[in-house]
Amino acid sequence: MMDLSAINPILFVAGFLVAATPLIFAAIGELVVEKSGVLNLGVEGMMITGAICGFAVAVETGSPLLGFAAAAAGGALLSLLFAFLTQIALANQVASGLALTLFGLGLSALLGQSYVGVKPPRLGDIDFGPLADIPVIGPILFTHDIILYLGIALVAATWAVLKFTRAGLVLRAVGESHDAAHALGYHVKRIRTLAIMFGGACAGVGGAYISLIRVPQWTEGMTAGIGWIALALVVFASWKPWRLLLGAYLFGGITQLQLNLQGAGVAIPVEYLAMSPYLITIIVLVILSADKSAAPASLGRTFHASQ
Amino acid sequence: MKLTKLLTTAALAAGLATGALAQDKTKVGFVFVGPVGDGGWTYEHNEGRLALEEEFGDAVETVFVENVAEGPDSERVMTQMALDGADLIFTTSFGYMDPTINVAKKFPDVKFEHATGYKRADNVSTYSARFYEGRAIQGHIAGSMTKSNIIGYIGSYPIPEVIRGINSAYIHAKKVNPDVQFKIVWAYTWFDPAKEADAAKVLIEQGADVVLQHTDSTAPQAAAQEAGNVITFGQASDMAQYAPKPRVSSIIDNWAPYYIARTKAVMDGTWESTDTWDGIGPGMVGIGEITDAVPAEVKEQALALKDSIASGDYHPFTGPINKQDGSAWLAEGDTADDGTLAGMNFYVEGIEGDIPQ
Repeated sequence: MMDLSAINPILFVAGFLVAATPLIFAAIGELVVEKSGVLNLGVEGMMITGAICGFAVAVETGSPLLGFAAAAAGGALLSLLFAFLTQIALANQVASGLALTLFGLGLSALLGQSYVGVKPPRLGDIDFGPLADIPVIGPILFTHDIILYLGIALVAATWAVLKFTRAGLVLRAVGESHDAAHALGYHVKRIRTLAIMFGGACAGVGGAYISLIRVPQWTEGMTAGIGWIALALVVFASWKPWRLLLGAYLFGGITQLQLNLQGAGVAIPVEYLAMSPYLITIIVLVILSADKSAAPASLGRTFHASQ
Repeated sequence: MKLTKLLTTAALAAGLATGALAQDKTKVGFVFVGPVGDGGWTYEHNEGRLALEEEFGDAVETVFVENVAEGPDSERVMTQMALDGADLIFTTSFGYMDPTINVAKKFPDVKFEHATGYKRADNVSTYSARFYEGRAIQGHIAGSMTKSNIIGYIGSYPIPEVIRGINSAYIHAKKVNPDVQFKIVWAYTWFDPAKEADAAKVLIEQGADVVLQHTDSTAPQAAAQEAGNVITFGQASDMAQYAPKPRVSSIIDNWAPYYIARTKAVMDGTWESTDTWDGIGPGMVGIGEITDAVPAEVKEQALALKDSIASGDYHPFTGPINKQDGSAWLAEGDTADDGTLAGMNFYVEGIEGDIPQ
């Protein structure tokens, strides 16, 4: 029996904004990293490390916000390992990234042993006063925690910095041609290391959003592949922040929608519903990327000043 | 020349060492679908592994690989274990069925044990637990306690084991509450806490005040706790950290006695390919403590149901039961045979929706 009235559109939209947030953080961080010409496949590892660092600190201090700060620090710290391997030791970026993911999964399992089954402190929603009482729009837009809004702000800020500021221009220059940037006197390795740390911090916050808000609990391996989806999203969004946001909402939205439709007993075969988030997100973003946008030219290439 | 000789000697020495080791210790491998810290399915299999080490001490060496994807990659992991000298390999998820058979063909001297599947060979046994017996008790409690009459069910994959659980829970919920409705959401994963939590939230938003899960993590428990007035059941493991509410009881898989017996059989040279399917009676399925969140009389009924299943007086699939399409399946007083249960691919009458094919 189909019963679409069982789906509450307000809860549905609010639900997918939450579901998309970890993806937004992880992907926007990776976007900046790739814009600087570095391919870090360790997103999953940095996310799960952020998830446990954030969880542990939130539980110990009772403050979810301190937890998120710790998650950012944890993710950034782990990414420094990647920065060392790829920028100082000039190791292969793909191999180093994969190693980072494996290391992060193991490290987080170790750190998290005493946190299984613990309930984390709840991060309250921001009080928007009368705004939250606006029919429909209020409950959808004005009943969330600060991290969710921060994710959207981060996308906007990344877009603005990349497009309008000198720092963004330098970052893009390093990513397009590290030799030219070096010849102009920019510190390619320093800039890339900073970008890698930014990516690590963002991935960490994304991971903590899963362990502190979306689930909320600590379980080993709980990111379960979201880091990989974030990586794919950066490519399908053609390294453009707003498309990335759209892609994350599409993915999160359709994931929630298909669960809702299943619950309501809609007569669409479940197999199709289950694959729809991947399929539709890819199709929409591929159509959008029909323009000439391409990957940063130096993406994944090792830089050494003598070469 | 020198190098070749050196390598040959080394290889020979390594071979001898492995041979000597194999004589001393029985090496037992485990292939896990999730992390050992999932708090559910894989956690309990790992508890069984630890019990094995406890039992045999130095006579046994166990190895395990976690987070092994179902499908071709699992074949690689099993092959590696066999090459590393494992004498007995437990593959602990339904999707390892064909890979287990394939690898077993290549290593006729290694014994394999596949959980929850139905394909056997001379060196492949199958084993599973009658989880559906526990589902009957959950269904009874769920049907008695729901106020919205909507019970949410998070399925993993549409395989017989999961469908049996849904049917068993539904039959017993319906018995005590004719108005009960099951909302079933397929997650298409055994372990993905974020997705499992999302599925639970969606079911709760759509009115469910009981959430049953057939996925491996405790995420749905956390989502139910967050939502408030919802009850859940521990799946595969006790999940007691969410007691007394939302978790009001649980199905606990107890693999330790089986793992110990089968390893002993390998040590004694008496191992044979078998098919084991045990339930509450022999202790492979345990029912976790029913908490005080359950009304006393419901708890009493549930325990009586448990006892009658354990003693064999009552079979959870006892007729009259019709299939979903209304055709007769079991006549009054008949009980389901194991063959039909093992391959169950239909819903019983009253459940809405189609099983994904």
